[in-house]
Amino acid sequence: MAAVIDSADRLPLLTRFMNNRNLMGLFFMLPAAAILLVFLTYPLGLGVWLGMTDVKVGRPGVFVGMENFTWLWEDSVFRLSIFNTFLYTVVASVIKFALGLWLAIILNNNIPIKAFIRAIVLLPFIVPTVLSALAFWWIYDSQDSVISWTLIELGFIDQTIDFLGEPNNARGAVIAANIWRGIPFVAITLLAGLQTIPQSLYEAAIIDGATEWQRFRRITLPLLTPIIAVVMTFSVLFTFTDFQLIWVMTRGGPINATHLMATLSYQRGIVGGALGEGAAIAVAMIPFLLAAILFSYFGLQNRKWQRGGRDD
Amino acid sequence: MASVQIRNAVKVFGSTEVLHGIDIDIPDQSFTVLVGPSGCGKSTLLRMIAGLEEITSGEISIGDEVVNRMPPKQRDIAMVFQNYALYPHMTVFDNMGFSLKLAKVDPATIKEKVNAAAAILNLEDFLQRYPRQLSGGQRQRVAMGRAIVRDPRVFLFDEPLSNLDAKLRVQMRTEIRELHQRLNSTSIYVTHDQIEAMTMADQIVVMRDGNIEQTGAPLDLYDDPGNRFVATFIGSPAMNMMGGTVTNEGDITYFRSDHGTRFALQNGSADITNGAALCGIRPEHFTLADTGAENSLTMDVAVVEPTGAEILVIGRNGEQEFQAVFRERHSFSPGQQITLQPRLDKVLLFDEKSGQRIR
Repeated sequence: MAAVIDSADRLPLLTRFMNNRNLMGLFFMLPAAAILLVFLTYPLGLGVWLGMTDVKVGRPGVFVGMENFTWLWEDSVFRLSIFNTFLYTVVASVIKFALGLWLAIILNNNIPIKAFIRAIVLLPFIVPTVLSALAFWWIYDSQDSVISWTLIELGFIDQTIDFLGEPNNARGAVIAANIWRGIPFVAITLLAGLQTIPQSLYEAAIIDGATEWQRFRRITLPLLTPIIAVVMTFSVLFTFTDFQLIWVMTRGGPINATHLMATLSYQRGIVGGALGEGAAIAVAMIPFLLAAILFSYFGLQNRKWQRGGRDD
Repeated sequence: MASVQIRNAVKVFGSTEVLHGIDIDIPDQSFTVLVGPSGCGKSTLLRMIAGLEEITSGEISIGDEVVNRMPPKQRDIAMVFQNYALYPHMTVFDNMGFSLKLAKVDPATIKEKVNAAAAILNLEDFLQRYPRQLSGGQRQRVAMGRAIVRDPRVFLFDEPLSNLDAKLRVQMRTEIRELHQRLNSTSIYVTHDQIEAMTMADQIVVMRDGNIEQTGAPLDLYDDPGNRFVATFIGSPAMNMMGGTVTNEGDITYFRSDHGTRFALQNGSADITNGAALCGIRPEHFTLADTGAENSLTMDVAVVEPTGAEILVIGRNGEQEFQAVFRERHSFSPGQQITLQPRLDKVLLFDEKSGQRIR
């Protein structure tokens, strides 16, 4: 042992460094680590730190511990925003999943001009969120809404609907806009998943006597679960942290009925200048997001039949 | 168990007709192999029997019952797919019991039937594994087990061995054949491998370009091929074919090859004289002869391939390539010239244009 170390000592420092796999490995990881530190860890750490201070615009502030959080817990608007965020996320995600899966299955069939229709489906995803939000704002206009106009012309109603002015209407309206925007992501990803299921499995199931519903229930759905888990995790994360749609359409109103945690954080922190409080609201989202990720990772993604053995 | 009749079956995809009126009789309990080069329509025909493809015109009946419009689940058939098509998210047990579960058979009966099939196929130890954890041969067995459990009227096999390595293929060939002898179920087996066809079939149907070239027992096709395609497709190494003419010289009819070789013909040559023809000789029907012997041809040895049991010699006579197989251990070397004498009673003649056999 000693002899080996002696001979290694005689090599130039650079050569010894180049020959050490562990050191070289660390060296190669540096750029990625730097990016993660600067753009991810630092902002996150700063956010958590700000959440525990009473910084306001123009005032340095001091460390106040958990004071912001205890104060927020008593704040009815903050509590309402948690409720809104959950309502928004759960309703929108469930409908996005159902409609997205349905759309994916339709697109997976042999239909004419398939490529063209697939391209059309992606459209809501391509349009910048702010633009689509503005379009929805216009669609939901209290006077000139195209929906109200159509329903009046068809004779279903006799006065315009105040989509964004009445709390429950506004909630439904922003959820609908979010669904419209989120479906393409779910549909196209699930379509990719559907295409990895070999046709011969369906043929085997047909011969085994499975009806169309049984083929969906016992072949398609179980084989799609890994990809459903990934897609829905992302979809839930995006929906939970949604900001743009709401901010453009309602700014959280009417009477805070559509305030999500993200919009409330922005309003208190940036618009209102209470940086510490805004950061605390944002930090309060972390446990919920973490729970969603852990649920999908342990509950759905890792299936026993995917483990072990070869896949040839 | 049931017989299968196919009458004038036609299949059209879009504007392409891929099967041009197929007639096959598959007797009850027989093992019938559909063989042909890729694209000949054999798999399409099998899928039509299974009900996975529609029948454009004609009639397919299973056990005297026309099944053209019958959905697959009512046809009472089982199919083994080329890629096995095992459900990856189900254990071996669930894979084998899936059809029974769908048919709402009670769990105790399912267990009994699956265990019985597993015992036949030596799969008892693997019932709780997932397909991913099995080797190719084991997956193949599970696919067969899935078929056996259903106890169907007809077994369909779609190139089931082509994903296995050579050694396993030979082993599974025997297993499938044994299984058939044990279960005595009507089986229809599709392959492009003529050796599989020869070794497994009771009846071979040779197909090409959507037509049947010939139907018959393996050795009948080998010894008595109806046309040039069957003669060269069946048998490995392939039958030697040489162009030439048939001439009458005195009492004897001769075949004269384009390269000046001459054989006296013993059978099936009375009808044509002075006509162009193809002469077919199987590689094992050559014997070594002395230089200049009657009814012989010379060959310049190019490659010698000893396999242990026999020696394959590939060589040329002028432009014409020949293959000869000897069971005796001759020692040949490349470049050497040898003289070969065909067994005259085994020489076959084919029409040069139509490729039909001249008897």
